[in-house]
Amino acid sequence: MGHLLANIDLTFLIASVVKIVFLTFLVILPMVAYSVYAERRFSAVIQDRVGPNRTGIPLTLFGFKKDIQILGIGGLTQPMADGIKFLLKEDFTPKSVNAFYYWLAPCLTMVPALMTCVVLPFGSELRLSDLNGLLSWVGLPGFSAVPVPSVIADLSVGPLYTFAIASLGVYGIVIAGWASNSKYPFLGGVRASAQMISYELSLGLSIIPVLMVFGELNLAKMSIYQDANGWLLLPLWGEGLSWARWALWIPMGLSFCIFVVAMFAETNRLPFDMAECETELVAGYHTEYSSMKFALFFLGEYAAMIIGSGLAVTLFLGGWSIPFGPLIGLGYSAGDTPLWLGLLHIGVFLVKIVAFILFFILIRWTLPRFRFDQLMKLGWMVMFELALFNVLLTALLMWLIPLK
Amino acid sequence: MPALLFYLFALITLGFGLMVVLARNPVTSALSLAMSFVGLAALFISLDAFFIGTIQILVYAGAVMVLFLFIIMLLDIKAESDRKTNVAAIVGAIVLGAVLAVQIATVSAAHHQSDLSVNDAALNLVAAGNQMAATKTDLPTISKDLKVGILPDTKLMGLALFQQYGFHLQVMGLLLMVGTVGVVVLSKRDKEVAR
Repeated sequence: MGHLLANIDLTFLIASVVKIVFLTFLVILPMVAYSVYAERRFSAVIQDRVGPNRTGIPLTLFGFKKDIQILGIGGLTQPMADGIKFLLKEDFTPKSVNAFYYWLAPCLTMVPALMTCVVLPFGSELRLSDLNGLLSWVGLPGFSAVPVPSVIADLSVGPLYTFAIASLGVYGIVIAGWASNSKYPFLGGVRASAQMISYELSLGLSIIPVLMVFGELNLAKMSIYQDANGWLLLPLWGEGLSWARWALWIPMGLSFCIFVVAMFAETNRLPFDMAECETELVAGYHTEYSSMKFALFFLGEYAAMIIGSGLAVTLFLGGWSIPFGPLIGLGYSAGDTPLWLGLLHIGVFLVKIVAFILFFILIRWTLPRFRFDQLMKLGWMVMFELALFNVLLTALLMWLIPLK
Repeated sequence: MPALLFYLFALITLGFGLMVVLARNPVTSALSLAMSFVGLAALFISLDAFFIGTIQILVYAGAVMVLFLFIIMLLDIKAESDRKTNVAAIVGAIVLGAVLAVQIATVSAAHHQSDLSVNDAALNLVAAGNQMAATKTDLPTISKDLKVGILPDTKLMGLALFQQYGFHLQVMGLLLMVGTVGVVVLSKRDKEVAR
């Protein structure tokens, strides 16, 4: 048995597990819960309603005079109430379904959505040895001087890995539609597969110009480059202040637009939520699902949205980097970033993701839904060609005005 | 990679591969195929071939998805599940499998493993990087990666594809193009007949 387990790096393993637990259970899942709440409040504002504003900690149940509402804003505990409701509702399985695949489908949506987060660099690096003074005061051994990178798997194929795993998420939707053995879920599943396969093309092609500019497929290195030389869409410092980078601003903007549109289609968000459009298909592929199984689809959709936002932020908007960071002394330097700055970088990354999710929600409640043939036409006849042209344009510009 | 993980992923690949053949339900077969590809991708990644591993999932999982649609659209699942076993096909498969096994056995018998030491297989990336920097000055990113000891598998593959096999790549592209045009022509003609 010993040789089977040889060359497992235990410190690396522990650090990875801590990072996975932090990112999944302390960042993404709470964020999913609160983006559902944000969605409801935001839509309420847009439609001139109030939204969920009553939920508090129900102390009246225990004989107190008033319920506590956190921060005085009613409804901040709404996600917890929703969660409890999902867990306690009856989990009804219709008689005619294919039981095994009916149970498998929600997991197949949720798991890939969470797995894609491992390549996202959610911060620069954490120099834990800064805590050594405190630890020795308590009497514990200190950390080694090597900083811990704030990314779970520093792969050299970052965005491709995300696309590959995300493409496995289609199975969840299609199997849900098929296994439900019912008309509307079936149509929803077939629509979803057609839509996701079509938009995967423009999604993949849209980032090729970005990869050409970076000359790199590693997301962590992309973030470091953008931190030193200006974001791709905000080249205002470092090497960003060159003719080459500003000439590339147009194809990069185009790339960003195509990427965001394709991402909306991939995550099945309005205006492209053909797989679950309620005016035509009741609720689409999850019509036959109830309680926690339905909640898993819901969580999967929002987790995919968060990780899509993370990818867009990392590729185009500098990832964890602070705007004008190197100019105001908040830039990253390898091995020499203090702990507080590392934590600040993580915070900045989360703020950017939250802003992007609010953008997602804003789009959902402002644009009407496309028709399915319009959606396919847009994907195949506009987005695909535009992405191809964009690759050509970037190559031409990089040839005429070389970088550096 | 620890040997344990190798055995785990090999088991996943082979086990689900077996499921593809043995399963009665076509959906189970298709999904097992996808799982088998995932296991294979993990094996590629364990060999530092990250690009091939991810592309394995990206391309083949997508292809299996199309298989799925065929099952859903065209096949009658009940009829497929109740189908009798085809004795001739099983005998043929066993004979072919036996021939393959004999071939593998003879090849591995001729190959003396004791002469080779696996421990010597470590790559000298730094030297390769220096050589690359000296001979190909127009490719700075590859030599930079090699010099710090990272294997830039994606870039090296691109280099091989576009410099060594550029012509072959274009022939393949043309072939795919012909296929695509053929599909479009066929589907258009069907529509006119229906009208």
